Amino acid sequence: MNSLIRDLFFRNFRNPVLTRATDAALLDMPPGKIAYTTDGFVVDPLFFPGGNIGKLAVCGTLNDLAVSGAEPRYLSASFILEEGLLLEELERIVIAMAETAEEAGVPVVTGDTKVVPRGKADKVFVTTSGIGWLPEKFKGISEGKEIIPGDRILVNGTLGDHGMAVLLHRESFNMEAPIASDCANLYPLIRDVLSVCPEVRFMRDATRGGMATVLCELAERQSFGIELNETEIPVNPAVEKACELRGWIRCTSPTKERRSS
Amino acid sequence: MDLFDDNPFRSQAAIRKRSAEIRDISRRPVRLMEVCGGHTMAIHRFGLPSLLPPTIELVSGPGCPVCVSSQEFLDRCIWLSRLPEVIIATYGDLIRVPASDSSLEVERSLGADIRIVYSVSEALKLARDHPRKEVIFLGIGFETTAPASAFAVREAARNKLMNFSLISGHKIMPPALKALVDEELRIDGFIAPGHVSSITGIRIYDFLAEVYGKGVVVCGFEPLDLMESIHALITQIESGSPRVENQYRRVVRTEGNLKALNLLEEIFEPVDDLWRGIGMIPGSGLQLRKTYQSFDAGIRFGIPEIQAKEPAGCICGAILKGVKRPADCPLFGEVCTPANPVGACMVSGEGSCAIAFKYNRI
Amino acid sequence: MGVPAKVIRVDNETATVLIGEVSYQANVALLDEVVPGDYIILHAGFGIEKVDPLEAEETIRLIKEMERLGQEHDHGSL
Repeated sequence: MNSLIRDLFFRNFRNPVLTRATDAALLDMPPGKIAYTTDGFVVDPLFFPGGNIGKLAVCGTLNDLAVSGAEPRYLSASFILEEGLLLEELERIVIAMAETAEEAGVPVVTGDTKVVPRGKADKVFVTTSGIGWLPEKFKGISEGKEIIPGDRILVNGTLGDHGMAVLLHRESFNMEAPIASDCANLYPLIRDVLSVCPEVRFMRDATRGGMATVLCELAERQSFGIELNETEIPVNPAVEKACELRGWIRCTSPTKERRSS
Repeated sequence: MDLFDDNPFRSQAAIRKRSAEIRDISRRPVRLMEVCGGHTMAIHRFGLPSLLPPTIELVSGPGCPVCVSSQEFLDRCIWLSRLPEVIIATYGDLIRVPASDSSLEVERSLGADIRIVYSVSEALKLARDHPRKEVIFLGIGFETTAPASAFAVREAARNKLMNFSLISGHKIMPPALKALVDEELRIDGFIAPGHVSSITGIRIYDFLAEVYGKGVVVCGFEPLDLMESIHALITQIESGSPRVENQYRRVVRTEGNLKALNLLEEIFEPVDDLWRGIGMIPGSGLQLRKTYQSFDAGIRFGIPEIQAKEPAGCICGAILKGVKRPADCPLFGEVCTPANPVGACMVSGEGSCAIAFKYNRI
Repeated sequence: MGVPAKVIRVDNETATVLIGEVSYQANVALLDEVVPGDYIILHAGFGIEKVDPLEAEETIRLIKEMERLGQEHDHGSL
């Protein structure tokens, strides 16, 4: 690997496991179940209000672990770089990842980089994987098998901010709006929620596909239905207006129809 | 203070009052047709049918530009999209409408350069930014949208933007309204489109009241606008005095937008046109005048005659005329869904079937 | 569909308009004399008509009147 890039990673993802640079990271885990996730990130543009592809990649994987009820422990990060990508841009991305991971207290213990010829990748593709420790009492959360009629749905913030921030930054549509991505590490919040309410039955990250997709998938193979009250779904007014201008009415999933069951 | 703070047009108290007033005066069973897709959307999104007495039936008309675009028109657009070095610029809804054996969305996945734009201005910019490509704009929409296309063609002509062209699927309302009443579909009154009327003015509806005895109220898009307009129509019907009224006075002027109308007159001329489901309506379409024909994509690229195939079982036509409801269609909700639409009425956000599916109402 | 938008700046045939907190560069070639403070109906990127503030205020006044009457004779929920 190019030594410039190698130095960039080692300098920023400072941790002894990574710098040992073995083919595999050797890790300690407490006994019990392991939660393991991976995701590829191809967001365009790379930089947008509220974050960049790096921060998104770290938060996305931390959150996939957190919503499964697991405590994130280790991360990996691999990069496919298009020849010609500016080193400064890669540096900004890596710094963001390192800062986010450090703040979360989760080290990036292993990684990889490949450079492909111009045109064979779109600037940079990032894949992160994460390992988390899953307490026994939370093992039902990712599937939601314990959900019963009468349960309530909570969201932790307004919907659509990240998607619209990225979209508007990618194609301005002659529009400007005070909308920023709210991508963030949710583990601290989720840990707090679970500590006061370990009976949480289900959690999911709604970043891609949105709330509608998550709930449709949830209801699809179940015996219960889900009722939503449009006025109670929190959407940032600027996001709503921007959607309206593009001809979208909020609360519609663009890929899946919403059926009342 | 913003004129639209706390949107007064959604005041629940005022809407309930109007609902009560309508109940008080409505005696005869009546069918009211709203012609505009935006009205269909507003009516069902705000649950207005549940606020009306059983004597009043609301029926949707052919006011959704995507829904009434013919299969032929779609096929021609797809033919254009397959040309090399061409960028197709289109309004969003059109991209998923199934044509005879493809759709713009499918063509895009096969490599065609198809871009969704919110404004025709973006298409002009594409033409300026890509001088070696042909940028073809798919012009659909009624009198509300046609002036924008007219502006674009005039701009292209003035600036010699010769790689820009338009294929016009634009249509005008009055001939379609006439066709509806001529078919003697039992419609007792019309809720007329607010934004079409802001361009055309309200006199275009006079013939409906004077010749056919049908009342018309030009209506805004907020729930209160609709309740007020329905109240006005019922009042007219109960007193046997059909006339043209303007409820949307804050936007619609009696004479309309003369600047826009003049621009339309300069660039376009009426032509016989095919409406999905309804068929050929004389003088109902807009095509570029001879002076601007060099910007007509059909002429520039020599689109051949295409034999369109209508999708089997689809009753969009009957739905667009208000004769049938989405629930009457055997394909509705089973084979034909927003994710997998068979007909145009399910694709467009303003289509009756898409709205019915979403709000489970019609 | 058309949405109301507030004009905050005009530069020849382009007006910067606000829809809530979202700003948009609208084409106002179809309108005469647009000035900051005007409200226009924005449709497909073009201003298609101006909102008449007097008519708007009058309509809103009638609505408030109806609200008042409605609250006096409240029939409860329908």
